[in-house]
This record gives sequence, structure tokens and C-alpha cells, in this order.
Amino acid sequence: MPVTLRINGRPVTLDVEPRVTLLDALREQALLTATKKGCDHGQCGACTIHVDGRRQLACLILAVMLAEREITTLEGLAAGDELHPMQAAFIEHDGFQCGYCTPGQIMSAVALLNEPCGDSDDDVKECMSGNLCRCGAYPGIVAAVQQVRRAGAR
Amino acid sequence: MSDAVFGNRAPVGAPMSRVDGRLKVTGAARYTAEIPIEGVHHAVIVGSTAANARILDIDTSIAEGMPGVVKVLTHRNAPKLPAQVGKPPASRVLTLLQDDVVHYNGQPVAVVVADTLERATDAAHRVTATYDAREPLTDIRHAGRKEYRPESANKEADSASGDAAAALSHAEERISREYTTPIENHNPIEPHATIAVWEGDQLTVYDTTQYVVGVRNTIAKTFGLPADNVRVVSRFIGGGFGTKGSTWSHVPLAVLAARETGKPVKLVLTRRQMFGSTGARAQTEQRVTLGARRDGTLVAIRHESVSYTSRYEDYLEPAAVITRSLYACPNIETTHRLVQLDLGTPTFQRAPGEATGSFALECAMDELAERLGMDPLELRLKNYAERDPESGKPFSSKSLRECYRVAAERFGWARRKATPGAMQDGDIAIGYGMATATYPTNRSKASASVTLTSDGRGGIDAVVQTASQDIGTGTYTVMTQLAADALGLPVERVRMELGDTRLPPSPSSGGSQTAASTGSAVEAVCREACVRMAADGATDPASMAAWLSRQPGRTLTVRAESKAGKGDDDYAKHAFGAVFVEVRVDRALGEIRVPRIVGAYAAGRILNAKTALSQLIGGVVWGVGMALEEKTLVDPRTARYMNANLEEYHVPVNADIGALDLQFIAEDDPHVNPIGVKGIGEIGITGVPAAIAGAVYDATRIRVRELPITLDKLIMGGGSAD
Repeated sequence: MPVTLRINGRPVTLDVEPRVTLLDALREQALLTATKKGCDHGQCGACTIHVDGRRQLACLILAVMLAEREITTLEGLAAGDELHPMQAAFIEHDGFQCGYCTPGQIMSAVALLNEPCGDSDDDVKECMSGNLCRCGAYPGIVAAVQQVRRAGAR
Repeated sequence: MSDAVFGNRAPVGAPMSRVDGRLKVTGAARYTAEIPIEGVHHAVIVGSTAANARILDIDTSIAEGMPGVVKVLTHRNAPKLPAQVGKPPASRVLTLLQDDVVHYNGQPVAVVVADTLERATDAAHRVTATYDAREPLTDIRHAGRKEYRPESANKEADSASGDAAAALSHAEERISREYTTPIENHNPIEPHATIAVWEGDQLTVYDTTQYVVGVRNTIAKTFGLPADNVRVVSRFIGGGFGTKGSTWSHVPLAVLAARETGKPVKLVLTRRQMFGSTGARAQTEQRVTLGARRDGTLVAIRHESVSYTSRYEDYLEPAAVITRSLYACPNIETTHRLVQLDLGTPTFQRAPGEATGSFALECAMDELAERLGMDPLELRLKNYAERDPESGKPFSSKSLRECYRVAAERFGWARRKATPGAMQDGDIAIGYGMATATYPTNRSKASASVTLTSDGRGGIDAVVQTASQDIGTGTYTVMTQLAADALGLPVERVRMELGDTRLPPSPSSGGSQTAASTGSAVEAVCREACVRMAADGATDPASMAAWLSRQPGRTLTVRAESKAGKGDDDYAKHAFGAVFVEVRVDRALGEIRVPRIVGAYAAGRILNAKTALSQLIGGVVWGVGMALEEKTLVDPRTARYMNANLEEYHVPVNADIGALDLQFIAEDDPHVNPIGVKGIGEIGITGVPAAIAGAVYDATRIRVRELPITLDKLIMGGGSAD
């Protein structure tokens, strides 16, 4: 069935079966592959995206459920060539190695900026613990998030 | 950004940010399953639900009639492939729908190909099979087990120097303890994925692999193709940790499905399917016997390891190998035995052998230290090996003493109390532990090419190519730095190309060998290019650019191979480190936290301070997981993996990792290899589980010898208080 999604500010019309997850619709049909599939069960966080500005797991949402909603993927985060401060901070602090969990980490981290997360590193660790990084880049991730928070970015 | 500090020159060693960083933080880096291929079809594997079985019947009729399904392959209709000639374990014994024998639960018994992923997945669920299954063996600790010494496995099974038995019988002090480590799954966040595209008799395979050349060789052999007909591409790999070092069954199955359907086929394993057919760290049972004089001098070490392999291939988890080289001792005996289980063949996992073996050996050293009333660090210093005990050769370099000193000082080891259980903070028991870390420096033959082109404005662009891989380790970045340095060019003018068998061959990204192997080749080829230009007097960037602009096409291409040469065997080559941990254990709940870990490592020349530190951090995080969390559970009735997902297979999350204070000790090693580097990808995990186990004992007086150290073992008395 046809469904029109608003992805990164643009309408995208896809022809999907009702059982198609948003994650597979993004990756296989819209060819927006920044959003990663790690577990397909809501356990790893690699598919974290924003729906109306809040972080959600694309593998646990059916594509047809999201008509009229504002979907943001990592592809929609940078302003043209200018990286979002969180993207730049991840590079600076080496908040990744293989890069596969990174889109989910960054989308979680950006959403966290608007969440009632405490100030400490421990608070950030807790708020970021839904995103697994098997390369173990956690210290760099925390440093990146804290740098952006302290700079007051949103 | 910080790169600006170095201007446009990033000398080797500088903490340059990753050259592929921007691609990774914007989502522009395309991993295997994301390569857009017109008309691609989706293949889904049906895994067996039995082990140690034969397929009695397999019904594909419903699946075949479902919308979008173009093919269902089983052992009944799959074409017979040439007999496998690969040599394990690099070329694995595969299960490719060739017969009705089912070795392990989850073994591929059918492959469904359909036009969409959903249709292929749905149809795969409608394939039903019945089995004649006998009771499987799923744990090495079973009655009447048959142990054997593997004749030809990946490592020599036994070693003996001196006479350990005699020395043990006369030792003033002797301890003998058994330690176990469980099955552990690699769980890179990117699942295994393959896309196979045939064009006539030419095949392109996009695969997430640590070894593109290995995949090409396996596919060529499996399908009887000339190697030149097969191209394998792997430009971004979402973590490997060993599981992507071998070519497993799903890769040829994707190729087969593409050939049989005439369609390009994409096959991505589910998370569940990552358990079983793509290797795991083998369960081990290790007995370590130490004999010592009362002053702590080791007189004998015996390390006996039993691990499992599958019914169809020998893979040896070389747990006792570390014991051959770590401590000075005249009488060292090591043995490895295998037990066959009805599971998929295990494989290399981050520091194979060293990770499991250092847990046993280093815990035993702690237990001996306690028996002797010695500080654990003092015991290690007492038995410091000045030469390699196994070969008798000098080390190419060894800065372990400095590692101990620096890490102990930063940690505050001097504040340690001699009596376990002496440090308390309310309901929290605090403990300190330490261990030695080590990993050998490996090197394989590698080749690379460089093409220099004059831009016509006095500048030079360099393209450096090699069929290596960047599995997150920073290969793109450090090779760019090495090339820029050797050529005298700004890093911005160097483009690194990896991950394609059309490029000069390089070894697998395993064994922490890439910097030593491929790095030596990259530097050699760049130096060779400079030598050619210097022969005509072009020795600086301006004259080189002028020289190039006089060449046909204004370009020069040089290709070179690099391998260990004469005299290379004169030294034993290892990286070393020391790791110290603090644990806090809730006395009521048994909850174990690791608030801080301090480590110092000496690994030769560091090519990039930023990415190298990330390698250490990653290894140490793996050590925390191994110590406290990771264990694959197998149902003894069916041999089915019970926690084949990322909820119930626990890996460290952000909140599990406390403050990590890790550093490299400067080490200049002129002997180890042309670029003076040692591997850093695996040493980080070594020692950490033993240090945590020692710290838990220091806090609780409970010695847990069975990984992982979960809170039930502290509350229920799973460990032993002695």
C-alpha cells in the first residue's frame, strides 16, 4: 500500500506492505541507509531515529503508522555541508570505531539534549545505555555528548 | 577542530581524527547490505532446529507458492559443489546444503529467495523440516568425555621445556586450580551480510569481512572458478572481532542463490543466526599448576586446557600458549585437548587464547601470591622474563617493567591492603586487582601500490591502494598518515583505498597484524616511489611535482610487496602491558561495579595516538564484558542457543564502563618490523578478566574461577572462599 512519509523535511511516497518496518522501508526502499539494523528487536539502538523530535527505534515501528509524522534520520541532521555539533564532537572525541552504531548513537545523543538528563557523566552514560557500541567507544561518546551540552547546543 | 593543530601535516603518531570520520557520522559510509544494486533479491536462511541429526523430510511446498518467492534451495535441489579443499581453520569446513547431515542447531537447511525481505522471511518461516536427532553434547564438562590432541589445528597443541613434573614434586609451594570460561559470541553490531552479483562468469561479492582476499579464495575454490573471476568488496565493516575473519557458509550460499536464480542476491544474517554458523569463542576448562620457592621464584608451570570444537573441524582455542612466554621459569609444560560438541565450529575472537589463557594464568598467579603472602605485583616482578622463555631469544623490545611502574603509580596500588575485605565504604566492599597484559606481534606478507600524479600547479596527489580492511581499527587513517609521512605530502593529498580484491593483496585484519603487515608495505611502496624520483634528483615536493609533470600522464605508479626477511626470527616479539582495576561490590546484592581501570601498555611506535587509544579502550571494554557479563547459553536438549539476541546475551553498555585511564609507554623498537609497530587491537582485553576477578576476591574473599563473575556467584556461593 502507498504511504507518504515526511522524512528529513521532505515527503517520500513508498509502496509498502503493512508489515514493513520503518527501518526496512528506510533502508531497502527509500535507500536512506544511515539508519542501521543491528538486532531488529529493539535491543541495540542502532536504528534510533527521531519522530517529532523524540528518539524512537525504527525497527519497532511499522512504516504505515507514521504518515503525518515528522521523521528525522541521521541524513537529515547536518545543515548542508555543516555538521551538527554532535557529529563534529563524535569525530573529535573518536566516539566510534567501526561506525555502525554511530548513527543511532548520534541520534540518541541529539535527542538527549532536550531530555531531562542530569548533568553528570554518569547521567549521560545512563541515558545513552540503550545504544550498544561493541567497539566500546563509550568514553568518547560521553565526552562528545558533554562537550555539546556544555556548549549549549540543541 | 583539533586536526588544525597539526596544520595540514599529520606526522605519524599525531592524534589525527579518522579520515573516514565524516562519512561515518553523516551516514554516507555504505556498509555491505547498503550497496544499492538494481533488482536485488533477498535470501533468507532457514536454520535447523536440531543438532546431531539427519533431515528426514523438508517441506518447501508452501514457501514455494508464496508471492514473490523465486527459489527455495535445500539439500535436495542444491547443485553439488566441488569437494572442499580448503585447509581449516582459515578456510572453514562449511555446511552448504550438500547432504542431509545436521551438525549444529541453526545450520542452514534451506535458503529462500524472494523479491522483498518480508516475503523471503515469511516464506522461510513456512519451510518445515523433520529430523532424526540424537542427543547432542553441548558442554565440555560432561561425563566420559573423549579428549584428543589435535594433529593439525591452528596452533601446536603441546609444549614442554625442562621437567615440570619433577620440579612440581619438589616445589616448596604448589597450587593447582581449575578455571573455566564460557562460550562467547562476537556480536559485532553489523550482522554478517553478503550481496552476490553474477555477470556471465564474472562474480562480484560485497561482503562484510576482515579478509577480502580470503573470501575471494574460498568462493573461487567452492565454485571451481578462476580467482580472477571473483571480485570481493568490503569498504566499511561494522565490527568483526574475529567472526568476520573466516568465510562462513552463508557467503557461498548467497553466491549459490544468485547463480541459481539469475538474480543479484542479498543475504543478511539475523541476530539469532549470528549464533552458531559464524563461530564463537570456545568454552575452556583450564588447570594451572604453579610450583614456586618460598621467595616467589617460579620453578614450574603446567597449564592444561580443554576446549571444544565441532564434529566436523578442529579449531583450537590456544589458551595455554600465553604461558609459554609470559614468566621466566625453567620448567613449563602446556597442553591443549579438544572435545567434540554438537555445535558450530568455534573461531578466533579478540585475543584468541590470550584472553582465555590470561584469565587462568593470572588468577593462578594471584592465588600463589596470596599463598606466599606476597603482593601480586611483586610476584610478577620476581618472575620477570628478560628473554622469551619459549624460544630463549631476546625480546625485540620489552617495557613491561615500566608499564607496571606507571600503571601502579597512577592507580595508587601502594594503598592496597594486604588483607582481602579490608576496604569498605558503607555497604560496599572495595577491592583492587591487577594483571599482566600481552599479545604477540604478528606480521604477514602484504603488498600495496601508490600512484602519484602532478596536479599541474606544483602539487602532488597520491592514491595508495591495498586490499586490506578497516574494521573500525583506523586502517584508512593510519595508512594515510604513513603514506603522507613517507612521501612528504600533506595528508589531504593522500587518498587511501582499501577493501577490494582488485587492489594489491593484503592479509586478514586479524591477529593485530595490519599495521605491521600492510603498514610496512605502504611505507615501503611510498619510499620506493621517492627513491625513483630521487634518482633523477627530485627530492623535495616541488622538484617531485616537476619530475612528475614530465612523465607520461604526469603520473608514476609503484607497487611493492613487504614481508619478514632474513634475521627476522632473531627476536621474540610481543606487546606488553599492565592493568589495574578497582571494583565495588554491594555486599547485600552482590552487584559488581568497576569504577576505574588504569592501564599502561608498550606496543612499539604508535601511529595515531587517538585511534590507538580507542583500540585499547575497546579491548578493555571487552575485558569487562568477558569478566562480568558475557556467556552464550545452550539448551542441552536441542543444542539451541537460548540467548541468541542482544537483550539476553549481555555486552557492556555505556553505564557499565567507569573511568578508563589508559596510556601507551613510549617504546622504540628497531627490530620488530620496518615501521617499529606492535599490534594494539587485542592486547587490551588480556589481563582484564583476571584483574577484575582478583579485585572481586580482594573485596569479598570469594574467588570466582568460572567466568563470567555474575552476582549469583557471590550471593549463592558459586565461587569459593578460601
